Amino acid sequence: MWNLRNKYAVAGIGCTNFSNNSGTTVLNLALEACRNALTDAGIDVKAVDGVVSYHFNDSVPSIAVATGLGLPQPRYAVEFLAGGNAANLILQTAAASIEAGMATNVLCFRALNGRSGFRLGGGRELNSRGITQYTAPFGWITYPQAMAMWCRRHMVKYGTTSEQLGRVAVEFRKNATRNERAMMRKPITLADHQASRMIVDPFHLLDICLESDGACAALVTSAERARDLRQKPIYILGAAYGGGPNQGDDLFDAIRWPDHTQNFTKYIANELWSSAGVGPADIDVAEIYDCFTYTVIMGLEGLGFCPPGEGGRFVEDGGIAFEGKLPVNTHGGLLSEAYIHGFNHVLEAVEQLRGTAGPRQVADAETALTTAGAMTCGSALVLRN
Amino acid sequence: MIPTKLHYDKPVPIADFDSAPFWEGCRQHRLLLQCCTACDHPRFPPSGMCPRCRSMQSKWVAASGRGRLYSWIVVRHPIPREIYAGEVPYVVALVDLEEGVRIATNITCVPEDLTGDMPVEVVFDDVTPELTLPRFRPLR
Repeated sequence: MWNLRNKYAVAGIGCTNFSNNSGTTVLNLALEACRNALTDAGIDVKAVDGVVSYHFNDSVPSIAVATGLGLPQPRYAVEFLAGGNAANLILQTAAASIEAGMATNVLCFRALNGRSGFRLGGGRELNSRGITQYTAPFGWITYPQAMAMWCRRHMVKYGTTSEQLGRVAVEFRKNATRNERAMMRKPITLADHQASRMIVDPFHLLDICLESDGACAALVTSAERARDLRQKPIYILGAAYGGGPNQGDDLFDAIRWPDHTQNFTKYIANELWSSAGVGPADIDVAEIYDCFTYTVIMGLEGLGFCPPGEGGRFVEDGGIAFEGKLPVNTHGGLLSEAYIHGFNHVLEAVEQLRGTAGPRQVADAETALTTAGAMTCGSALVLRN
Repeated sequence: MIPTKLHYDKPVPIADFDSAPFWEGCRQHRLLLQCCTACDHPRFPPSGMCPRCRSMQSKWVAASGRGRLYSWIVVRHPIPREIYAGEVPYVVALVDLEEGVRIATNITCVPEDLTGDMPVEVVFDDVTPELTLPRFRPLR
């Protein structure tokens, strides 16, 4: 179990603009976000000796970022071949690397030209080798198609409805209207959701996240050092990474996954809450990975905010609204702020806990949850101020 | 008769060491499942090791071809467009076979007829002289 409660903190955050077309390179995006995080922290660039990222689809190597920033002696400069599942994991490994003496101050980043460059939704390898030979020949190719398969089973088993999914999209968009960084700020109604194009039944267009160009970065350091820096430290209270049995041969493959109504969150919940020493009732604000509306339902159920099968009703009853029991994705999420592969959720949680979220600030937020990943494996953090 | 398409443009499975018997079975209109020689545990997708007992010895046994519809999607937006524009809407499904494994496939019926856990049976589709895909239809 994660046994570094309160020993490490996020000391700085930074990002770029989020857009459909950055007009620049992924490396420049990464450098800009990282520099902004260092400036935010008020730390000497020379003190940074770790850079961590994850690079499923578009990215740049961590050593390129270390080189571009002019770090004199990078040590823990690594990346994971992983998707959104690693958006919280890299903060965990940043802290672990410091604990192990492999680094002192570690930058975590995610950068991509996800719309103007490499589009993840565009389809996987059509030459169907390996595990793909059992899926692509049947026209099962994109991530929306993968996740829609999970969602249908929830509808079959629990009667979850498209309207309930729609409430997720509507609430996040409402939050995005208060966020000047958000790419989608025009309010939508449930009727808009229902009228939006059916992409892959049961998913309408508005069940599916954005594609974005942009970058986010965060500086992780020890709690002691963080207290000497410019910002109020945001401590890593609890953390977990993992999933259940049969996580599959790649991020798409869930053929052997036992139950598509439950994702990795069910399997990491105990470790997450035990490591943090708090439970779902203690969370003031949650940033839950939302590549699709349905993943929020699984996250709510898996982490114990409501019983299995009740996620749709929880949402329908206003549970995730800004004024509701559990404000979720106060920035608008991947559905309405931007798709920075889940790393923008970390930045939003930090801002909420600093109390600097402006018009979208949750009053007196002290403890926040972030999750990362949608399917068979993923990570989560409990942060506190 | 002139074929409307000169070649099959959809993804073609690249058979490998583990999967070749499965695809060859399909070509012969037999749904073969890999089973562990040591513990008889069936598995899909094919793989080199039994995840239950770690044996690397396996045999191929004929499945009944019957199962239940675990989940399904209806693809309406074609990706890539140039390949699937003429195919949508089509149904992709996960079917739980009687033998206890799950397989990805297509269901050859209109989406409106589908219900969760409905019984289905395999139907072999010879899409090219070299490739047969195991699709499923509602059990009559």
